[in-house]
Amino acid sequence: MDVSYEKRTLDNGLDVIVHEDHGCPIVAVNIWYHVGSKNERPGRTGFAHLFEHLMFQGSEHHDAVYFHPLQEAGGALNGSTNADRTNYWEVVPPGAVERALWMESDRMGYLLPALTAEKFRTQRDVVLNERRENYENRPYGLASMALVAAHYPATHPYHWPTIGAPADLRAASLDDVREFFTTYYHPANASLVLAGDIVVSDALRLAEHYFDEIPAGPAIAPVVPPPVQAMDGHPPLVLEDRVEFPRLYLSWPSPALHAPGDAELDLLADILGGGASSRLHRALVHDRSIATDVSVGQGSRELAGLFTIVATVAPGHTLTELDTVISVEVDRIAVDGPTDGELERARARVESDFVQRQQTVGGFGGKSDQLNAYNVFVGTPGYFVSDFDRYSRADRNAIKAAATSYLMPKRRIALSVVPVGSATVALAGSTCVNAS
Amino acid sequence: MVTDRTKLPVLGVDPQFRFPGVERRMLTNGVRLWSVDHRHTSLFTLLLLIPSGSAADPLARPGLAALTADLLDEGSGDRSGIEFHEALGRIGGHFRTEVTSDATLLSVTALARHANEAIALLVEVVTRPLFATSEFTRVRDLRLHRLTQLRQVPAVVAERAYLETLYGAHPYGHLAIGTDTSLRALTTEDVAAFHAEHYAPSRWTLIAVGGGEGAEMRGLADQLLDSVPVSPSADAAPPSPHGPPAPPPPRDRLVFIPRVGAVQSEIWIGHLGATRRTVDYHALLLMNMVLGGQFVSRLNLNLREDKGYTYGTRTVFDCRLGRGPFTFQASVQTSATADAIRQVVREISDIRDKRPVTPAEVAMGCAALTRGFPRNFETAGQIAVAVAKLALFDLPPNYFSEFVRRVAAVDVAEVTRVASVYLKPEKLVAVVVGSRAEVLASLSNLGFGEPVQH
Repeated sequence: MDVSYEKRTLDNGLDVIVHEDHGCPIVAVNIWYHVGSKNERPGRTGFAHLFEHLMFQGSEHHDAVYFHPLQEAGGALNGSTNADRTNYWEVVPPGAVERALWMESDRMGYLLPALTAEKFRTQRDVVLNERRENYENRPYGLASMALVAAHYPATHPYHWPTIGAPADLRAASLDDVREFFTTYYHPANASLVLAGDIVVSDALRLAEHYFDEIPAGPAIAPVVPPPVQAMDGHPPLVLEDRVEFPRLYLSWPSPALHAPGDAELDLLADILGGGASSRLHRALVHDRSIATDVSVGQGSRELAGLFTIVATVAPGHTLTELDTVISVEVDRIAVDGPTDGELERARARVESDFVQRQQTVGGFGGKSDQLNAYNVFVGTPGYFVSDFDRYSRADRNAIKAAATSYLMPKRRIALSVVPVGSATVALAGSTCVNAS
Repeated sequence: MVTDRTKLPVLGVDPQFRFPGVERRMLTNGVRLWSVDHRHTSLFTLLLLIPSGSAADPLARPGLAALTADLLDEGSGDRSGIEFHEALGRIGGHFRTEVTSDATLLSVTALARHANEAIALLVEVVTRPLFATSEFTRVRDLRLHRLTQLRQVPAVVAERAYLETLYGAHPYGHLAIGTDTSLRALTTEDVAAFHAEHYAPSRWTLIAVGGGEGAEMRGLADQLLDSVPVSPSADAAPPSPHGPPAPPPPRDRLVFIPRVGAVQSEIWIGHLGATRRTVDYHALLLMNMVLGGQFVSRLNLNLREDKGYTYGTRTVFDCRLGRGPFTFQASVQTSATADAIRQVVREISDIRDKRPVTPAEVAMGCAALTRGFPRNFETAGQIAVAVAKLALFDLPPNYFSEFVRRVAAVDVAEVTRVASVYLKPEKLVAVVVGSRAEVLASLSNLGFGEPVQH
């Protein structure tokens, strides 16, 4: 469970973390910038992610698409943006580590000279197509946007989705790119991990060689969200979409990542909705056949979380039936807590998931990505065991207490997603929301 | 020392890749047990390969293989499905089923200290499924609901029409999930009969990947000998690496399926490809890398990076026991539909003659395939799936160790030759799912004839 590592902070503020794993002849290079859509402002939503695309379009000393030199080296590479951070990674053979570091450091230090209006326009079109493919033209694809918009006030950094609004993407300018880069893309706002078939001393020397020359940037004030008023009975919402069956989303404000209650709600989510023997799967899908599927998750982020239950209505049944059964089950576990058997299984699954994630050094979710996540969010790259301990400590009472204090009916927002023209099948009294 | 930014660092020499050894045992009950000592994790993966998939569905009953696999964990031995999943949960286990055209893959991954229980659970669901009527009806209905929901997923709508257009009434002509008519007609007897015919232990290849030493693997073999019965058909013919013969040529060339309010068009274009055992396999892989198989391929650079029409494109030769499809797939913005199709046909055509592959492109594709090869074998699950391919396609034991050498031996002339042999622009069929008002009229002059509307 423990992952050995060495960490050094360069003079310019860049954290460098190295983990040796010689199981496979590959090295993961993984870099996090502590910037995401939460750092955007209303009117320019979607910008952090659009910016991520530009990071692959070339830098001053390699003014061409970043894929060629790395694919030619047998590398895989990608990046992603969420509300809290942006990550970039390469998985390369040991002989290509220097090339990956050269390129990562070049786009950290020298991106802007290679920026052109044409690159910007093309990538904006690509992102608009990404939005169409993954959200607009996908069943239920707009539900998550409607939920965050309802939970957080308009000035809250989690109010908008990371993919952004099309009008905002079209309004973005080259000046926005320059300002964003200058503000957020510098060593002191970044964390670099090298993991895999490499020795610590070589890795540290190479990281220093390529990144030391990049000047430290301006200090960044932490994002302080405006206070969110505790809900006291929110009217239910309805969203029409091109779907066959209505689906119910129930979500409650919940603890932020690693905050007290976060692990308890993770375990609770598994007990309620993880796999065929979970309570809600049994109650809705197996025993009553009133739903076709159900899933439950504690989606915790840096500033706040949302605990969400999602279930789709089986033909011949109603959203109200689902709501009734789900409410009974949530109440029941808040009163009685989980059984010993349920807790044992949920903990075994957590252990197995931890081990599972440690099988890979690179890519999304591999060890290099986890070391960076811990470093950026808790300041300790090797937080694995402490993280796991949160789940070992969460006993039946703690889980019950979390259910009681967070999953109160008056704190939830219910969203019905229904077929176009069928708003009447939504939960009674629902207000129409528009998302596009 | 100041960094030299005038040129990219040269690449070092890659370590030689060695695929982990596969120990093969033939147990006296007819089970092939193949194991890999992979001590890099405290997980244990047991993967069962049944060499029958959706292509084994009776032609009038598509969906039977997938429904059978889906019912295995809904009651077995003395346990209900819920009890099975509780037992699985106690060992931190995951049970997965995958039904491809040629095979059914069933696996349990769990914490290694529970390997014995993982084996017992997998063997139980595979050898002693109950197929109770109540569970059958419930799971069948869930699959019917899923079919209904998939009507709104453009990629699935397109894939279904694409396979039907390309293969017609052929074992590869349907999706594994089947059709509404077929699922409604199926019975528990059909499922039990399919199970009896295809799941006999003599047809199994069981692949165990984990931190087990030799002795532990022998213990595993003993456990399997004790728990897996010798089936009546133990003397049946071993699995055959031959697939179905090729279908007759398609009747339609361009199919249009309307989707109200679509903001993009889902486009599938292709024709018959190759079998997995073709001698040209490595050259085809390499040719496909240049054409559409990686980010820097011609098609992705053209449609995404140059024109911004799409979030991404891909082409693939889906090499199966029989001739699988060669397919281009992308979701493009509505206004670019006709031009995207034109570009695809042009790229497929040009790589055969007008703009044949260049040495630089071949070198790039080769490097991506060979230097990046080791990262495909990092996890127990990846290794298990790789070993399953050896078994399913009857590939030589040293196949993976030879892969890099085989790909590196392909030259430019060879890639050009397979492009001209395996790509047939005049035989391409296309399926488009999109907005009728904005797209349909633009599809008439693309060289495919008038679109057929579904």
